[in-house]
Amino acid sequence: MEPNFFRYVWRHSTREQLGILALVVLSLPFYFASLNLPKAIVNGPIQGEGFATPEATGRFLTVALPVPGGDAIELFSGFDLTRMPMLFALSGLFLALVFVNGAFKLQVNTRKGELGERMLRRLRYELVDRVLRFPPQEFRRRKASEIATMVNAEVEQLGGFIGDAFVQPAYLGGLALTALVFILAQSFWLGVVALLVVLVQAFLIPQLRRPLLKLGRARQLAAREMAGRVGEIVDGIVEIHANDTSNLERADIAGRLGRIFRIRLEIYERKFFVKFLNNFLAQLTPFVFYTAGGYLAIRGQLDIGQLVAVIAAYKDLPGPIRDLINWDQQRLDAELKFAQVTEQFDPEELLAPELQRPDAPAPAALAGGLKVQSLAIADERGARLLQDVSLSARLDERIALIGPPGGGKEALAYALVRLLQAEPGRIAYGAHDLAALPERVTGRRIGFVGPDVYLWPTSVRENLLYALKHEPRGEAAAGLSADDIQEARRTGNMPADASADWVDYEAAGATGPGDIEARLKDALTLVGLGETAFEWGLRLRLDPQREPALAERLVAAAEGIAARLAEPAYASLIELFDEARYNRNATVAENILFGSSSHAAQSLDALPRNPHFRAVLAAAGIERDVLGMGLAIARTMVELFADLPADHPYFEQFSFIASADLPDYRAIVLRLGDDPGEADPETRERLLALPLRYIEARHRLGLVDAAMEKRFVAARALFRADLPAELRGAIEFFDRTRYNSAATIEDNLLTGRVAYGKVDAEARVRALLREVLARDGLEDEILRVGLDHAVGTGGRRLGLADRQRLGLARAVLKRPQLLVVDQALAALDPVSEEREMGRVLAWARAHGSGVVWALSRPHGARAFDRVVLLEGGRVTAQGGPEVADRFLARGAAEAPRPGPVAAAGAPS
Amino acid sequence: MTSLDDVVRRLQTLPFFANMDAGVLKLLVFTNERLTYERGDVLCRQGEVGDAAYVLLDGEAEVLVATAEGPVRVAALKGVTLVGEIAILIDVPRTATIRATGRLDALKVTKERFFQLMEDYPGIAIETMRVLASRLEATTAELARARAALHEK
Repeated sequence: MEPNFFRYVWRHSTREQLGILALVVLSLPFYFASLNLPKAIVNGPIQGEGFATPEATGRFLTVALPVPGGDAIELFSGFDLTRMPMLFALSGLFLALVFVNGAFKLQVNTRKGELGERMLRRLRYELVDRVLRFPPQEFRRRKASEIATMVNAEVEQLGGFIGDAFVQPAYLGGLALTALVFILAQSFWLGVVALLVVLVQAFLIPQLRRPLLKLGRARQLAAREMAGRVGEIVDGIVEIHANDTSNLERADIAGRLGRIFRIRLEIYERKFFVKFLNNFLAQLTPFVFYTAGGYLAIRGQLDIGQLVAVIAAYKDLPGPIRDLINWDQQRLDAELKFAQVTEQFDPEELLAPELQRPDAPAPAALAGGLKVQSLAIADERGARLLQDVSLSARLDERIALIGPPGGGKEALAYALVRLLQAEPGRIAYGAHDLAALPERVTGRRIGFVGPDVYLWPTSVRENLLYALKHEPRGEAAAGLSADDIQEARRTGNMPADASADWVDYEAAGATGPGDIEARLKDALTLVGLGETAFEWGLRLRLDPQREPALAERLVAAAEGIAARLAEPAYASLIELFDEARYNRNATVAENILFGSSSHAAQSLDALPRNPHFRAVLAAAGIERDVLGMGLAIARTMVELFADLPADHPYFEQFSFIASADLPDYRAIVLRLGDDPGEADPETRERLLALPLRYIEARHRLGLVDAAMEKRFVAARALFRADLPAELRGAIEFFDRTRYNSAATIEDNLLTGRVAYGKVDAEARVRALLREVLARDGLEDEILRVGLDHAVGTGGRRLGLADRQRLGLARAVLKRPQLLVVDQALAALDPVSEEREMGRVLAWARAHGSGVVWALSRPHGARAFDRVVLLEGGRVTAQGGPEVADRFLARGAAEAPRPGPVAAAGAPS
Repeated sequence: MTSLDDVVRRLQTLPFFANMDAGVLKLLVFTNERLTYERGDVLCRQGEVGDAAYVLLDGEAEVLVATAEGPVRVAALKGVTLVGEIAILIDVPRTATIRATGRLDALKVTKERFFQLMEDYPGIAIETMRVLASRLEATTAELARARAALHEK
């Protein structure tokens, strides 16, 4: 990357820079004309100079070209005007010049801004482009947050300067030179003095500022490291909590902030000193003019008029000089910053851009066999990961790589997909050297999954489809206007729309968006995520407006499910909502409302204060009973939880009363004893709030008996009978015939509550759900909805095992000719790992795909055609499954094998 | 058999819980799941790693051990009984299968909840230690007797 800032800017903006410069030069005559005009107006028409008689006329709009040392050449002789018209003409001209000057300034500033932003866009794009082409090893010594800071914040400061880089010195230099020449013309010696002071300024000030730049650089590095450390804190937060090291981190950050503070302080001290010196030098010249010039004038050796003219001209000099010195400072700063950023983006062995070009000439598929020849790989510290590894295989072979951790199996897997670069040695697929094979082949025909699967913070569907988005399809640029495309081209950006459809459906064996879902389902099922995806779907909410047909089918299915759940085999597992019966597995509130509040807990808390609710309790004659229940619950809670510390997890999990409210309730229990009749209105509200969350089957305090059930059911009818308007939208009634958008799909299908205290009730109900849905052809639909499941940042909403499975599904989806896997299912238990691995191998056999799998547990190697043992970076054995058996036997003899199954190894 | 106090009284008939405070046992009962089993339902299976103990409160069950000839019934359980309590102290595979032989009511005490209880009430931990130590003492004595018997032969 071009390390010189000016060359970089000039190369990419020659035309624009010249354009702006021309504009500035063009604007100068107008600017000078406007400076001279006020004097002409005041002296001429207003004070009457040259208008001695009413008939006297003056010349207006004379244009003359000044000739040094001679008379001016008149280009246009102008008009003769009398005093009054002259006043209006000159004032009008002044106004016109104000407009013209403003217009020039507007143009120049806009163009400078435009130029700066274009350069920034190009620079940032180029930096990210380089990150995309970094050799993969490079990322081991990089911090994501530091790269992000450089691309965003550090480059930002260059933007403002880019527009000024060439224009400013040309413009200011011109101004300063004019003033200096004028002074020299008036008085040679005074001019020499002025020139000397300027030269001292121009030499001394930058010298003094140099340490400032060094400090600025130190500050920038410190700030970048600081950003990196903050990133580390976020990434390592679990370790920090688990090891009580938060204070170490605090101390580290405090230390860094302290260093940044010291650097800043020194910057300020030096900066303001330089400023002081600069001002002092600027004032020194007038001092010389006044004393020496005055002395000469008094002695009659200098014309007073000349002295005044020199002093007046000098007024115009310090401004441009100071600005020029400032520009020089900015220049140094920008050059340093630019060099500092670009050197970070200039690692050795950047991938050639041709390897990633969407139109790179490449074979459509891999052909021939895989050949690894005397491959050696060293890590960034020079430690040998692989040495002299040679291997040849057919592309449809299934090969297991086994060996101790770090023995080379991981490195070989990474090398096969060029995530580690071989040197020396060579990997070839057929006639093609891997080093020169474009990513459009390696990234499409070869699949790779490592142990740390990265999931984008989107849905499961998007994460799967990610593997198919290689290049813009057809009208991928369609979303961009012609202007967008032109602008992108101008700054070397890619003119394609990332939000268009990029999915290569054919690669997954589909024809378009219509049948890709089936392929996604196949991939998920292959890695054992089919049922999980189905459950994701059950737990999602469906918008019936967006999918009215599906909502309707679900309502119909709910009817069938209810019928099945009513069978004796299920009767004890689930209690369906029945308008005429109390549901012992639902809360009291749900039983009275016979529905759930669509605004969740908030309105449940407000219920005891709701006039309609209270009126219903009174009309049903159960207010006293419910108060009694509240009192009983309060008594039990006080008894159970009074001794627990306030932050105990049980308050969250089991208590009806928050720890902060417990003392109040204790007082209420003591005061009222067994009789809630004495309670004041506020206490009543507090007591009424408790039973609302009470579930008889779960909490088992024996508070709702058969008689009480009947009275609650009676209250239910009253509650619904004349529901006030403000509650109407707030409650979704249990109604199997309507799709409830506020509830999950599962709640819509079950229309009841799974019974508490029944062994496996939930699993058995879910199995039935699945069976009925499969029969209705809805299973795939639910699974399809489940693809919308959000995986969270870095996939953290999924467990590690599911994340690994999803990663494998993504690699399989594109139907690679060769699937390279590095311990990608290591987080699964051994039984599941072997099962999913077996399925993937069967899939590969059916598709004629090859597999190279680095195994964390060598037991699985028996399912492969060939086993390669890597130890100490070398291939120490290869052959059939017996290689794995021998390795295992040796391992068992040497040391107990650590692993997640250690717990099962306990003596029984 | 519904009230908390009733279940607590049943727990107190067991040596393991006999000396524990009634209030603490009440919390244990309230925070743990009460399960009902039908005839043939399995509480826990031999070989699986358990994470809970079961207090049979009402009903009958049998203890089965797998042999080469299939499962063999080694004991019948009736009345208030504590089973699988070792599983809430250490991770070991179940040594037998327990199956309900009729309608059965049980309290499932999970490892997590029991540890929480020991954390909150150290007295429970001391009491558990006492119970285990007396069992160990009994086992050791039995072992000594068995050894002596073997020696005499």
